[in-house]
Amino acid sequence: MNRLPRRLLVALAIGPIAALSVFYLWPFGTLLVEALTGEAVSETLRRPQTWDVLWFTLWQAAVSTAVTLTVGLAPAYVVARFDFVGRSVLIGLLTATFVLPTVVMGAAFLALLPDSLDRTVWAVIAAHVAFNLAVVVRVVGALWEHLPTDMEHAAATLGASRWHVFTQISLPLIRPAITAAATIVFLFTFTSFGVIRILGAPGTRTIEVEVWRRATQLGDIGGAAVLALIQLAVLAIGLAWSTLAQRRHSRALALQPTAERRRARSPGERAFVAAAAGGAALVALVPLTALVLRSFSTPTGWSTRAWTELGRMEVRPGIRVGVDPVEAIVNSLSTMAWATLFAVVIGGVASLAITAAQRHGRLIDGGLMLPLGTSAVTIGLGMLITFDAPPADWRASWWLVPVGHALVAVPFVVRTCVGVLRSVDPAMTAAAATLGASPTRAWRATVVPYLWRPLGVGAALAAAISLGEFGATSFLSRSGGETLPIAIEQLVGRTGTTLQAQGYALATMLALTTIVLVVVVEQMQAGRRIEP
Amino acid sequence: MSDLDVRDVRVSFGDTDVLDGVSLRINGSETVALLGPSGSGKSTLLRVIAGILLPDNGTVTVGGTDVTHTPTHQRGIGMVFQDNQLFPHLSTLDNVTFGPKMAGESRSSRNERGSAWLERVGLAGFEQRSVTDLSGGEAKRVALARTLAAEPAVVLLDEPLTGLDRELHDRLAVDLRTLLADVTTLLVTHDSDEATVVADRTVLMSDL
Repeated sequence: MNRLPRRLLVALAIGPIAALSVFYLWPFGTLLVEALTGEAVSETLRRPQTWDVLWFTLWQAAVSTAVTLTVGLAPAYVVARFDFVGRSVLIGLLTATFVLPTVVMGAAFLALLPDSLDRTVWAVIAAHVAFNLAVVVRVVGALWEHLPTDMEHAAATLGASRWHVFTQISLPLIRPAITAAATIVFLFTFTSFGVIRILGAPGTRTIEVEVWRRATQLGDIGGAAVLALIQLAVLAIGLAWSTLAQRRHSRALALQPTAERRRARSPGERAFVAAAAGGAALVALVPLTALVLRSFSTPTGWSTRAWTELGRMEVRPGIRVGVDPVEAIVNSLSTMAWATLFAVVIGGVASLAITAAQRHGRLIDGGLMLPLGTSAVTIGLGMLITFDAPPADWRASWWLVPVGHALVAVPFVVRTCVGVLRSVDPAMTAAAATLGASPTRAWRATVVPYLWRPLGVGAALAAAISLGEFGATSFLSRSGGETLPIAIEQLVGRTGTTLQAQGYALATMLALTTIVLVVVVEQMQAGRRIEP
Repeated sequence: MSDLDVRDVRVSFGDTDVLDGVSLRINGSETVALLGPSGSGKSTLLRVIAGILLPDNGTVTVGGTDVTHTPTHQRGIGMVFQDNQLFPHLSTLDNVTFGPKMAGESRSSRNERGSAWLERVGLAGFEQRSVTDLSGGEAKRVALARTLAAEPAVVLLDEPLTGLDRELHDRLAVDLRTLLADVTTLLVTHDSDEATVVADRTVLMSDL
């Protein structure tokens, strides 16, 4: 075996392990200690409010999931089975909506809905549905397009009407994908934070929002920690159930390698395709359009003032508001730059370590994925209470927010890189060795060059994540250091159309930047080849 | 049993004419083998007759009724697909009784009928087997029983014996002849020996 020297492996692994331990494991441990000592647990469980919040979180997530599935099935079918003008545009549009920062989606629905509806649970559910439609369309559509169309035809030749074909054949067969999509949507809506901070009212608080409120508004750190753990427990149960359900219902299907899509033929079919695809496009487009329009609207008519006067903070002569939009843009960009740098360095080195160390690598891999399973709010809360006192009084440090963002982004960088590195043919390293290269030299010549391209993809993803990150930032950002999502949340929540319009303008900017970054990612991945 | 009459059917995909004015008549209870090389449009013709594909021109008549624009599930035309298309989430018996179930037959009555059909195709006792565990020959027999249990006016078979080993192929060919004796059948194949064993009459795709 041509093995890499042990000290190289240790050198590669030590950085990511240290970063994970200090910024994730330690805060999480502090959180556990905070929750499990003292009277926090019994006090939290005795408070009726806790159960109200838990109940609300559950039922709004269940309703959001059910509605998203119902709305999403028709477009999923149409996208899987038919070729039509704008098909790829529709998929792109839904995906772009899905990757938008949560505050942008919240702001978009605030812009769209009349005052009587926003700040109700219906506004929240509507935003959740629009947000997660892409999950159903892509996850269910991906399985559906591989189901042999002839199986449906066979059912029809046995006398099954379209409805019976759907209920007796298609639905049972796509059930694993429906379960998977439902799980993802449920996880997202159960831990919804940004959308509810903007659209929710006092009676509509999820656990996530209650954790934030307890910790930062009421100073009840113990109660917040207990709630965060309750949430984690519910999520673990949900995930375990879903894994079991998917295993039980997955079947050996004669899946077709290539989809067999066709144009709609009969007038009825054409109307169905147009309605399903058009409806889905509207769900994605209307809120965003409202967002853009509201940034140009004032009580006296259309105006570009919200955009041109972003920097001018005086509402009336001498009276200033607490948030400076221009400063928020600058803060967000510098936070993004540092967070991307941290995520790329840690993620890149970790990916090399994971692929080089093989068996032990899986441990590092699993460890770095942990932050993905922990909500951003929990991460923020843990960091808030850990780095607030000696020996690590880092609350005032400029790098704390970027590090929090990097923690959320590293799993994505690692996933992009490890996949590519693992596909490097080991025969090449062996060939280099036969030409006289030492194991380290061979590794540097044959493996490392493949890192740069996925690292670029990872960097763009990290940048997009950092720009939109709201959960952890809500805990870690300090006055004067507001990032764009924080500024948007504060501005759209103010009374006064001028400030609101500025919030909508910032949200529009954030939406566009995120979409551009995600398009870059998709382009780079589309062109991904095993070439350095 | 109903006659099947296909008249002047045209199908083109883009610029290529797959079927160019095809006409074919099958008398009630007759079994006709349609012989032709792959890519000659045999399967396309079956799809037009079953109503899976709408022809650009021409008519399909079953027992004197024009069904060209009738949806597949109301035509009373059964079809055994080349790759069977058994429903993987249903047991063998539930596959066979799917047609009677769609017709609204009660569970006890259709299960009885399903078991009888399994026995006729030589698979007695297979009721609760998972269809994903069946061998190629068994799966083909289940597909056949499933189509026949729906009591269609016309049965279409798309390369029913392709891919089976020689012995199984010959045995099933003889069985087919018996099973299809009273049913109006159109069988598509590229094997002329097979056509002679199973069918009353053989027509060449190139002659249509």
